[in-house]
Amino acid sequence: MLEGGSIDAVKAIAAAATIAIGAIAPAIAIGLIGSKGVEAIGRNPESAGKVQSSMILAIAFAEAIAIYALVIALIVKFV
Amino acid sequence: MEISLAAEKIAHIGSFPITNSMLLSWVASIFLIFVSMLATNKISIIPNKIQNFFETIIEFLFDTANSVLENEEITKKYFPLIATLFIFILTNNWLGLLPGVGTIGLNEINKSGHEVFVPILRAGTADLNMTLALAIVTMTAVQVFGVAAIGTFKYAKKFFNFSNPINAFVGLLELMGEFARIVSFSFRLFGNVFAGEVLLMVIAFLIPYLVPLPFFFLELFVGLIQALVFTMLALVFIKGAIQEAH
Repeated sequence: MLEGGSIDAVKAIAAAATIAIGAIAPAIAIGLIGSKGVEAIGRNPESAGKVQSSMILAIAFAEAIAIYALVIALIVKFV
Repeated sequence: MEISLAAEKIAHIGSFPITNSMLLSWVASIFLIFVSMLATNKISIIPNKIQNFFETIIEFLFDTANSVLENEEITKKYFPLIATLFIFILTNNWLGLLPGVGTIGLNEINKSGHEVFVPILRAGTADLNMTLALAIVTMTAVQVFGVAAIGTFKYAKKFFNFSNPINAFVGLLELMGEFARIVSFSFRLFGNVFAGEVLLMVIAFLIPYLVPLPFFFLELFVGLIQALVFTMLALVFIKGAIQEAH
């Protein structure tokens, strides 16, 4: 049903859609984490060190989800 | 412009294939061994430059580990693994940014008859096998540390708790979570480093002059952050494993 040319087109669209949709939620999550972290530092500047390290950890967790989507997009496009 | 998700094989020892990222990780290991031999050659109370540099790194890592584990004795026990993870991952990430990595290579004919470019060097952590190995080692170490700290029965009770159905279900989820952590560790590190490589290749392909510079800074930063995140996550899991169930 799908010959060589049109399967490439479907692959390209699928790869683009994967990363485009898959990056929405991590972006929102990182924004929320950052805003709450900065707010916490503003309320209590002495705890800046602890808040900052927890914030960076949480941001890395959230970013990992976007990376999963990116890896799937790369697999779809190039394998 | 070809992008290969899997690391390309460049040689064989007998029937064991050697990939280009394996080669660069050997280079990183030899470099680290050589530099640490230089640094610990004559340890003196007033440090010379190399010893001073390494003391700064070790102090930073020890303070980071201490801030998570909150107990100097425990930190000293688990510090070798933590520091090795950080320094090894950081070296591998940053060696992948050197000029020549990914660009020096051979044109080969692959199986389907096309001629592809096979680079001789590729970042060590840009190979899923390497990051998977690091993840498996880390999670196995977490289990071993947990069992060594609180005993087999108490550690098993964290996962197999049959006092009531809710606890049993939660225990099962925790068990699955341990395996999910292996996957997430490996894919986070691999995805970040590999996506960085692809990004640099694409940008250099489009505009080779001046524009790749901020992207190289980004990749330096990302390499450091990913090594730090791997280490801190390992620390957090170790802390969770050696604590008694509440």
